[in-house]
Amino acid sequence: MDIFVQQVMSGLATGGIYASLALALVMIYQATDVVNFAQGEMAMFATYLAWTFMNAGVSYWTAFILTLAIAFVGGVVIQRVVIRPVENKPILTIVIVTLGLLVILNSMAGWIWTYLQKPFPSPFPREPIRMGTVVLGTHDLGEIAVTLVMLALLFVFFRFTPLGLAMRAAAQNPLSSRLAGIRVSWMLALGWGLAATFGAVAGIMVAPILTLDPNMMGGIQIYAFAAATLGGFGSPVGAVVGGFLVGVVENLVGTYVSFIGTELKLTVALAMIIVVLLVKPSGLFGRTHVRRV
Amino acid sequence: MNRRASVILAVVVIAFAYSLPIYMSGFRLFQFTQVCIYAIALMGLNLLTGYNGQFSLGHGAFYAIGAYISAIMMDQWAIAYGWTIPVAGVLCLIVGFLFGRPALRLEGLYLALATFSLALAVPQILKYFEHWTGGSQGIVLTKPKAPWGLKITEDQWLYLVTLTVTVVMFVLAANLVRSRVGRAMVAIRDNHIAAETMGVDSALYKSLTFGVSAAYTGVAGALSAVAIAYVAPDSFNVFLSVTFLIGIVIGGLASVWGNVLGAMFIQFVPNWAQDISKAAPWAIFGIFLIGFMYVMPYGIAGAIKRLWISQVVSRVSQKQGGEPLSSQQAESPSR
Repeated sequence: MDIFVQQVMSGLATGGIYASLALALVMIYQATDVVNFAQGEMAMFATYLAWTFMNAGVSYWTAFILTLAIAFVGGVVIQRVVIRPVENKPILTIVIVTLGLLVILNSMAGWIWTYLQKPFPSPFPREPIRMGTVVLGTHDLGEIAVTLVMLALLFVFFRFTPLGLAMRAAAQNPLSSRLAGIRVSWMLALGWGLAATFGAVAGIMVAPILTLDPNMMGGIQIYAFAAATLGGFGSPVGAVVGGFLVGVVENLVGTYVSFIGTELKLTVALAMIIVVLLVKPSGLFGRTHVRRV
Repeated sequence: MNRRASVILAVVVIAFAYSLPIYMSGFRLFQFTQVCIYAIALMGLNLLTGYNGQFSLGHGAFYAIGAYISAIMMDQWAIAYGWTIPVAGVLCLIVGFLFGRPALRLEGLYLALATFSLALAVPQILKYFEHWTGGSQGIVLTKPKAPWGLKITEDQWLYLVTLTVTVVMFVLAANLVRSRVGRAMVAIRDNHIAAETMGVDSALYKSLTFGVSAAYTGVAGALSAVAIAYVAPDSFNVFLSVTFLIGIVIGGLASVWGNVLGAMFIQFVPNWAQDISKAAPWAIFGIFLIGFMYVMPYGIAGAIKRLWISQVVSRVSQKQGGEPLSSQQAESPSR
C-alpha cells in the first residue's frame, strides 16, 4: 500500500509536468487548430535560459520569474514573426513551420550550450517528507504545488479578466470577435506567449529530474500529446486531468506490470493514445464537432 | 501543362536519369539512388495525404517494415533481393489496409497522432523480436553484384535497378490518380459526403488508399535495405516519418513531380546545411524549411503550377483584350 501511495504521488508529480505542456499545446490548438510541434523545444530553450541566469548568480526564484517573462515575450515574438506569415495557409504548411522551429531551437541549444548534460537545481529542500511509513519526495510535492498554482492563476485570468474573456472569444469565434473590436491576431499572439510560459514552467520543473540537455523535452512532449488526446484536444481542463492521469498510469504500470518496466514505458503512452482515439476520439472532456454541411 | 508536354518532359527526365552513371559514380551516384528511394516513399505518402486528404506522421513505420521484410528474407532464407521487393510491397499493402480500417474513424490531427505513435513504437517493437531482427545490432547484408558479367560497379547496378523500380512505380501512380479510382480518392478528399452521395464507397477507398500508400513506402524501404545493405531499428526513428512529411509538403501535395523535387530536397539540403555550418546544421535546415514555406506555401510543384496558370490566364485575357488577371485571382484555394 505504501508503495502504491508513493507511486501515485510521483505519478502526480510527473503528471503535473505533462499537464503544463499539454495545456500549452491545447491553448494553441484551441485558438488556431494547429499542433505546435516546437512546444517542447521552446520549453527546453527557456530552461537553458534559466540555467544561464542561475549560473550567473541570480537567485532561483528571480531567475524563475525572469525566465517566464522572457518565455512569454519569446512566444509572442515567435507568433508575430514566424507563424503569422503562414497564418492563412494550409494546416500542413504551418505544421512544417513548427517542425522547422523545432529543429532550429534544438540545434541552437546544442550549439550554444553543447549537448553535455547539465545538473539543474531544485528549489525545494532535499529531505523527503515522511508521513507514517510513506516517504514523499519534496521536489514531487513542490512540482504539484507549482502546477496547481499556475493552473489557478490561469483559471482566474481566463474567468475574471476582460483580457481573458477577449482571448476566449477570439478563439471561439474570430469573426464576431473582430466585429466586437477585439484584435484577434494579437489575442493569438498572447495565446502563444502564455503557452510558452507554461512550457517554461514544465521545463524548469522537469530539469532537476531528467538533467538538462537539448533533447530533454522529446519524451515529455509525447506524453503531453497523450495527455491532450486523453483529455480531449479542445479542452484545457481535459489537458490537465489527462496529464495527471497519464503520469499516474505510467508510473503504476511501470511498477506493477513486470514485463513493461522502464524500457517500454513510452509504449504505454502510445497505447493510451491509440486506445483513446479508437474508443472515444474526442477525449474525456472534448466535444465532438458537429459540422453543418 | 497538357498531356503531351508532360509525357515529353517525363521521357527527357527519365533518359537523363538513366545516363547519370556515365557522369558520376561512387558516393555521388549512391545519393541519387537514395533520391529514387525517397521519391517512391514520398509518392506513397502523397497518395494518402495529397490525393486522399489523410494525414500520416508514421510512414517511417511502413518504410521500416518493408526494409526488415527484405532484410530478413535475404538474411534468414537467402532469397534473392529482387524477390524481396514485391513481397515487401504486398505485405505492406496488407498491413496498411488493416491499419487503415480502424484509422477510418479518425480525421486530421487525430489520425496524425495515431500514426505518429505507430512511428514511435516501431523501433521498440523491432528490438523486441531480437531473434529475427538482430535486436539493436540490426542485420548486415551484402550488396548485390551486377549480373550477366556486366562491367559496372555495384553502386551503378543498384542505381539502375532502383531507378527502374522508381519509373515503374511512378507510371503506375500517375495512371492511378488519373483513373476512376484516383478521381474517387480526390473526391473523398474534397468533400466526402458529396462523394458518398455520388456512390463512392468512402470507407473502402480510404483504407485501400492507405494500403497502396503503405505498399509504396514498403517497396522504398525494401530498396533501401538492399542499397544500404544494413538495417537497424534506430535508423527508422520518428524523424524519418517527419522527413517524409517535409518532403511531400516541400515538393508539393497532390503532384507526381513534386515527389521527385521533395526527395531531392530531403536528400541534399541537409548536406548543404552541413557545408554552411558545421556547428548547427539542423538550424540551417530549419531556416531553409521555414523560408521555403514562406516563399512557396504550396510546395515547389504548387508554385510552378501557379506560375504556369497565371501565365496562361494573362495570355488568354490579353487575346480577349481584357485586363490580365492578377496571380492572386488565379490562385485556387486547393489544399
